[in-house]
Amino acid sequence: MSTHSYLDFEKQVAELEGKVQELRQLASDDSTMDIADEVQKLESKSATLLRETYAKLNPWQKTQVARHPYRPHFKDYIDRLVEDFTPLAGDRYYGDDEAIQGGLGRFKGRSVVVIGHEKGNDTSSRLKHNFGMAMPEGYRKAVRLMDMAERFDLPVLSLIDTAGAYPGIGAEERGQAEAIARSTEKCLTLGVPMVSIIIGEGGSGGAVAIATANKVLMLEHSIYSVISPEGCASILWRDPAKSKEAAAAMKLTAQDLLEHNIIDLIIPEPIGGAHRGREAVMDAAGDAAIEALQSLSGLSADELRRQRQDKYLAMGRVAGTA
Amino acid sequence: MNWLTKIVRPKISTLWKKRDTAENLWHKCAQCGEMIFHRDLEAAQKVCPSCQHHMRLPARDRLQSLFDGGSYDEVEYPDVQIDPLNFKDEKKYTDRLKAARNKTGDKDAFIIAAGTLDAQSIVVALQNFEFMGGSLGMAAGEAIVRAADEAVTRKTPLILFAASGGARMQEGILSLMQLPRTTVAVQRLKDAGLPYLVVLTDPTTGGVTASYAMLGDIQIAEPGALVGFAGPRVIEQTIREKLPDGFQRAEYLKDHGMVDMVVHRHELRATLSRLVRLLMEKGMAAQITAPVSEPAQLPVTQVQTTLAVAANEDTDPRAEKDAAE
Ligand SMILES: [Zn+2]
Repeated sequence: MSTHSYLDFEKQVAELEGKVQELRQLASDDSTMDIADEVQKLESKSATLLRETYAKLNPWQKTQVARHPYRPHFKDYIDRLVEDFTPLAGDRYYGDDEAIQGGLGRFKGRSVVVIGHEKGNDTSSRLKHNFGMAMPEGYRKAVRLMDMAERFDLPVLSLIDTAGAYPGIGAEERGQAEAIARSTEKCLTLGVPMVSIIIGEGGSGGAVAIATANKVLMLEHSIYSVISPEGCASILWRDPAKSKEAAAAMKLTAQDLLEHNIIDLIIPEPIGGAHRGREAVMDAAGDAAIEALQSLSGLSADELRRQRQDKYLAMGRVAGTA
Repeated sequence: MNWLTKIVRPKISTLWKKRDTAENLWHKCAQCGEMIFHRDLEAAQKVCPSCQHHMRLPARDRLQSLFDGGSYDEVEYPDVQIDPLNFKDEKKYTDRLKAARNKTGDKDAFIIAAGTLDAQSIVVALQNFEFMGGSLGMAAGEAIVRAADEAVTRKTPLILFAASGGARMQEGILSLMQLPRTTVAVQRLKDAGLPYLVVLTDPTTGGVTASYAMLGDIQIAEPGALVGFAGPRVIEQTIREKLPDGFQRAEYLKDHGMVDMVVHRHELRATLSRLVRLLMEKGMAAQITAPVSEPAQLPVTQVQTTLAVAANEDTDPRAEKDAAE
């Protein structure tokens, strides 16, 4: 898949890579041209620039990387990491929500339940998956799948990638808030190991609902926040154009979250972001997930529940108080 | 550790005096325009006598009107780290916090109170919209955990009055983490077999509804209260159409099966009292070791049937419906 969808802060990289392409085009028309040296120079310059840029991305730039359309999505991870994936559908109350996908599969040799948000990768699939913004049915399906995982003693792996739960009339009508609350509650009482990976955007309650896990991992340039930078800017600054400031103020990067003990591990991304090394990042995520699951094996159902509950009870508590 | 800080006794006379200023003598109902004399409005618990519009009730007025004799103990909750993200928008978070503390005299958006309701022990957690829109941050999370623990220790139900614009954005991800955290608190209450009653008041929106405020054993809403996950403005911007009348109001929630009942403020105390009595008596069933003299000769199955019928009567949905109307 092409990665030629440059972000605004990658302009110089785009120019350099454009020049390389131009040279190659010229050389293919004229076989007497020797472009090897020039191409190598340009490529090394562009690689250095990319490395330097991505080493110091600011929170707003990370937000853009986290939302990059070519970043691997749920379906890509499933194709790469899960054998015998068998999607399961429906909440058994009202309908099926395509923004949250889930099912059974074999991950690194063992049977698991996988749940996650899917944003889609072209216009028709984006519409089908509602851009990864789930309805109550999605969360109720997640609860159903977690119930099943518990019944058959299967670990749960969740992949988080949503701007947030969908804000619409139908969603409210059918109890979006209650559905999210119940799903979070189910995560907390689950008697099997649960590992979550924030692969792109972790948007508010819509993310928490399936990310309240024993171990939460984050890709290096993914984000996890209480509200989108745009939403925060329009409420607190009364100006959506202040998204950059809001992104910085909210501390939504993987690095910030690790510092505040909200997550357990950062999974490094290839230079230039997950979309420039899709297979490498999916493999790294797979390795990190199996390691996290293995670290939980041997814990009883009660110990797993207690670990999760103690972890979340401590979030925001000053050490030493009751 | 003793968390009890102050015992609140009603001082009705000073309450009146404080507000006896000329400009505060008359209040105009925002819904019907009726001019209401302030004492009448206070006496009516801020419900418009002519159209029944429920206005926002100050936090401590609500507590006074709920507890026996208007008296209760306030329970302190632990301090949290102030502004760990060093957050600044147009104002510093620490300044906003200071202003809210000065305005309310409280340390954050929750008040925990313990006392009796018709001689039954209860713990109440009340979310104060006056304090930064009742926003859910670490302190509110701490308060809910504390209130649930207090209820578990005292073996009493927890009644939670929700009022909030949502998560406290100035605490970023730490405020989001209060969703699972408060859910754990509710879980502990449920593990202890104690009732958790939620009263949704105007307005309750955002992350608050996606956690503790929607997990009650019984969900009550005040008439007209706006309750929803996404705010109406956000929805309108997303779908680009006008929202239907009454959308996300208490009655709408009742119609869509999201709350058990919509209860007029004047009926609220009696309703809560009855629910507490019914739910706490249910716990007694397990303690019946020997059958009472009369059914002794009845076959066991019949005794069970009798108990089952009694339980059904106790939770007769028609009784709840009456209260709602
Ligand atoms: Zn009126």
